[in-house]
Amino acid sequence: MLNDKDRIFTNIYGWQGADLSSAKARGDWDNTKALIKLGHEEVIERVKASGLRGRGGAGFPTGLKWSFMPKEVKDRPHYLVVNADESEPGTCKDRDIIRHEPHKLVEGCLMAGFAMRAHAGYIYIRGEFVNEAKALQRAIDEAYEAGLLGKNAAKSGWDFDLYLHRGAGAYICGEETALIESLEGKKGQPRLKPPFPAGAGLYGCPTTVNNVETIAVVPTILRRGADWFAGLGREGNTGSKLFCISGHVNNPCNVEEEMGVSLKELIEKHAGGVRGGWDNLLAVIPGGSSTPMIPKDVCDTILMDFDSLKAAQTGLGTAGIIVMDKSTDIIKAIARISYFYKHESCGQCTPCREGTGWMYRMMERLVKGDADVSEIDTLFDVTKQVEGHTICALGDAAAWPIQGLIRHFRPEIEKRITAWRAAAVAE
Amino acid sequence: MITLTIDGIEVEVEEGASVLQACEAAGKEVPRFCYHERLSIAGNCRMCLVEMERSPKPVASCAMPAGNGMVIKTDTPMVKKAREGVMEFMLINHPLDCPICDQGGECDLQDQAMGYGMADSRYQEPKRTVENKEMGPLISTIMTRCIHCTRCVRFATEVAGVPELGAIGRGETMEITTYLEKALASELSGNVVDLCPVGALTSRPYAFQARSWELSHTSSIDVMDALGSHIRVDSRGNQVMRVLPRNNDDVNEEWISDKTRHAIDGLRTPRIDRPYLRNAKGRLEEASWDEAFTAIKKAIGKAKPDEIASIAGDLCDAEAMFALSQLMDKIGSPHKDCRQDGSVVGQQGEGSYLFNSSIAGIDDADVIFLIGANPRHEAAVMNARIRQNYFNRDVKIFRLGAEVDLTYPVTELGDDARLLEKLVDKGGPVVTALKRAKRPMIILGQAALRRKDSMGLLDLVGQLAKQVDLVKKDWNGFNVLHTAAARVAGLMLNFLPGKGGKPTMEIVAGLEKGNIKVLYNLGADEVDLSQRADKSFVIYQGSHGDRGASQADVVLPGAAWSEKDGIYVNTEGRVQYASRVTFPPGDAREDWAIIRALSAAIGQTLGYDDLSSLRQTMTAAVPTLAVTDQPQSAKLGKIGRRQAITASPMGHAIGAGSGVSFYMTCPISRASVTMAECVKAFELNDKAEAAE
Repeated sequence: MLNDKDRIFTNIYGWQGADLSSAKARGDWDNTKALIKLGHEEVIERVKASGLRGRGGAGFPTGLKWSFMPKEVKDRPHYLVVNADESEPGTCKDRDIIRHEPHKLVEGCLMAGFAMRAHAGYIYIRGEFVNEAKALQRAIDEAYEAGLLGKNAAKSGWDFDLYLHRGAGAYICGEETALIESLEGKKGQPRLKPPFPAGAGLYGCPTTVNNVETIAVVPTILRRGADWFAGLGREGNTGSKLFCISGHVNNPCNVEEEMGVSLKELIEKHAGGVRGGWDNLLAVIPGGSSTPMIPKDVCDTILMDFDSLKAAQTGLGTAGIIVMDKSTDIIKAIARISYFYKHESCGQCTPCREGTGWMYRMMERLVKGDADVSEIDTLFDVTKQVEGHTICALGDAAAWPIQGLIRHFRPEIEKRITAWRAAAVAE
Repeated sequence: MITLTIDGIEVEVEEGASVLQACEAAGKEVPRFCYHERLSIAGNCRMCLVEMERSPKPVASCAMPAGNGMVIKTDTPMVKKAREGVMEFMLINHPLDCPICDQGGECDLQDQAMGYGMADSRYQEPKRTVENKEMGPLISTIMTRCIHCTRCVRFATEVAGVPELGAIGRGETMEITTYLEKALASELSGNVVDLCPVGALTSRPYAFQARSWELSHTSSIDVMDALGSHIRVDSRGNQVMRVLPRNNDDVNEEWISDKTRHAIDGLRTPRIDRPYLRNAKGRLEEASWDEAFTAIKKAIGKAKPDEIASIAGDLCDAEAMFALSQLMDKIGSPHKDCRQDGSVVGQQGEGSYLFNSSIAGIDDADVIFLIGANPRHEAAVMNARIRQNYFNRDVKIFRLGAEVDLTYPVTELGDDARLLEKLVDKGGPVVTALKRAKRPMIILGQAALRRKDSMGLLDLVGQLAKQVDLVKKDWNGFNVLHTAAARVAGLMLNFLPGKGGKPTMEIVAGLEKGNIKVLYNLGADEVDLSQRADKSFVIYQGSHGDRGASQADVVLPGAAWSEKDGIYVNTEGRVQYASRVTFPPGDAREDWAIIRALSAAIGQTLGYDDLSSLRQTMTAAVPTLAVTDQPQSAKLGKIGRRQAITASPMGHAIGAGSGVSFYMTCPISRASVTMAECVKAFELNDKAEAAE
């Protein structure tokens, strides 16, 4: 369990002010200049050494990602883009960072921007986050006023401008290349990779897109040392992480915990336990709606980090934990998720455009039981036809929840089909 | 060069090639829908997925750059499954209306479903339907069939330069539309029909006319402008059903203009299918060939050689012009002209009237100076090439002449011919740019060449050419953009005023004054003979009942371009063979044959009895016509002559306020109902909107 002294987001619940002076009292912006004086490479090396992995879902090592940026700025400027388009159902960590700890993000932007030799950073914030956008803009304005951004930011000798851009409410714009397209003013559709953003991103220039949480933890890592961060969690899954626990728990909450904490401990200790007790647990979606669910027997022992969840055929994703107790109509829950992905598919590439609708309609029939048992296999096959065949990961995200359902709750689906058929015969 | 392995075959491809191109180099077929060589890569259909070593997922071969040492497999179970999967997704929402679909028989989706799809469908949900979109008189839409490959969108944005086509909505509800449901205002819009891999966009005029397997295909050359686009003419029985582009990188790439494609319904009516003779009441009356020839013989017999003249029109084949030219020489008439529009170029060497840089040369040019040229309407396909170079290579483009939207930004200098004098005397940004350029290009349009002071303008251009070093060792940047398909051949054949001969305008004036008594009008329908003297005698030979025929005393029925084998020379001097597709109607004959028959009837027999001996005589006389299918370029001698420049605007030869619609430039396009609809949709509507 995470000690209070190791907590990064000390104001995640907003018990203190989010303004600059409160943030400074918490240690933000403390001698930023000295950290920047470390030099571009040293900052990247320290982030690498900390073992920080991207907090947006894919868990790619952050330091490594930064090191893909060209070592020299040539004819094209470098850009830092921060993905604040937090739209994954079940996830609400970035929102609270922006609400209560915006200066961690702003300072992180300066440091990350410096590390990758960018003089400009863009924060792309979800359109629905109206108050959050205001809060963040306020923080940016404060930082500018205090000389922490702009020319010679924080007296570090590095010029850095930070811009806030509001999206228009499309889930797909959280995909990094779609986000870049949207930022450029185009229709938010993912780009083909390669070229990767580090080679040709925003306006064709070298760009790195990072999640809010990833950027927000960087200043603390640099301040307290890579070893401190690496000492938390497990090998390859270091540090602490914000977990968002929602669903059938007594006390839904955001909580910062050590990576590799057990799911049971998270739910029992921080979320007040499952409604009706641990034995009333049916299944948990561990990392936002796109990750496959795990049934109770897996939940009993599972550790919450990238590798452990991957071994259980699911993923840490955004750490948006959705808890479902035995009252849940699990098929209907997944059908609803399918609807979400059908609705949010950008429509660019074939498998996702056509497949999400097909999967959703089959799911709707499975909710009633109006299907043939063999169609469960067809559905599973369709999810496999979508997964890995699309331009971006939305296809995978649409396929995984259904795969998880079929993997763990096939008897439930079959039971419903049999019941529906029996009822139909009786009529 | 990059070496990679495709299914165990090692291939070498150039740097920057895609895996898909490498697969093709290895002789492996990769199915695709969205990929097209001449458009940007979208990678959205996912049909071209292949297996790549060390990649857990299949990769889209069209978007993956080939890399050294890559190991690609196109025949594994993973690839087969991926293709079947994508194919199944394509088909779940595609209607099963192939029997009533115009694309049937030449549909990529049909073909690839047969080749790579599964035998039956597992889809049991309701299918999607999509409302059709209005895209004007040329494109018929059945949007339920759309597979969202976005080829049409990319063509419209990248090649045609009309951003009005795009995709709205997302996911399943994404629809391709012209946003405001307006006709696609491009001269190249018909190409989206060819690009559409399914039956979503089909040709509206051709709708339900024929099935692709009923048609015979003939390779030919287009005559609707002076580019000589390579086309395939599809016919059924004795009727031309449609025109499609053929691939030719140096001329038209893979595109043709809407006029080329759709003016063909003008080939049917109003055709001259028998000789006519003007009777005593002044009305044209059906006649036999003998009666017609007797009347001509009588008229020519009465006139002195110096009182006989001939004008050749814009659609004439070289053979007919050669035969008529020889006949006139035999008669002794010096009054010949193939420039019915009054253009002045032609008599100062080949270099003075050719598009010397060649059309493909545009891809090398770094500065282009348009003088009185409106490539968008005078050579629509070429305009697309200039546009691509503007966007891909940042070519600088200047223009002197009336403003018109060319689909790319141009530095407008103004529409005053005297500006050219100023440029020559005092220089300016355009002169500096041309001087600095490695490959400077000047394109002279017809609007600059048919003025009273055109010789003076040419003189100035000649001076400018010297100043900016327009002609270099390996580059000739002097270009004339012609608009008439027959023109360059006519000029090469020297179908021009001989010693003491009169050019077109003087011939017309002579007919009015009475010093020209007989005119042989070979398909020249743009000249106005309405004021000619009553005693004058005009012979019209042509295919359509247009202005020329109505102003004639004798009408001889000729074949239209699709009804004869003929040689056409495009604006860059490329000698090309057009082929006969159908037979001429009724008594109509190939033009050279009519002239040959007439020559015997009037006792001036020409020395050839068939087309091949005519061509032999012709190429012996004009050897450049024997060099087929390559652009020609000639030294630029002295052009023009000193002459005062008048302060009148240059305007345009075609389109944009010139009074000549892009869609109606010749008897065939004027006879076309489709072209009339285009005028209504694109030009009259624009005017109405502007008036509002």
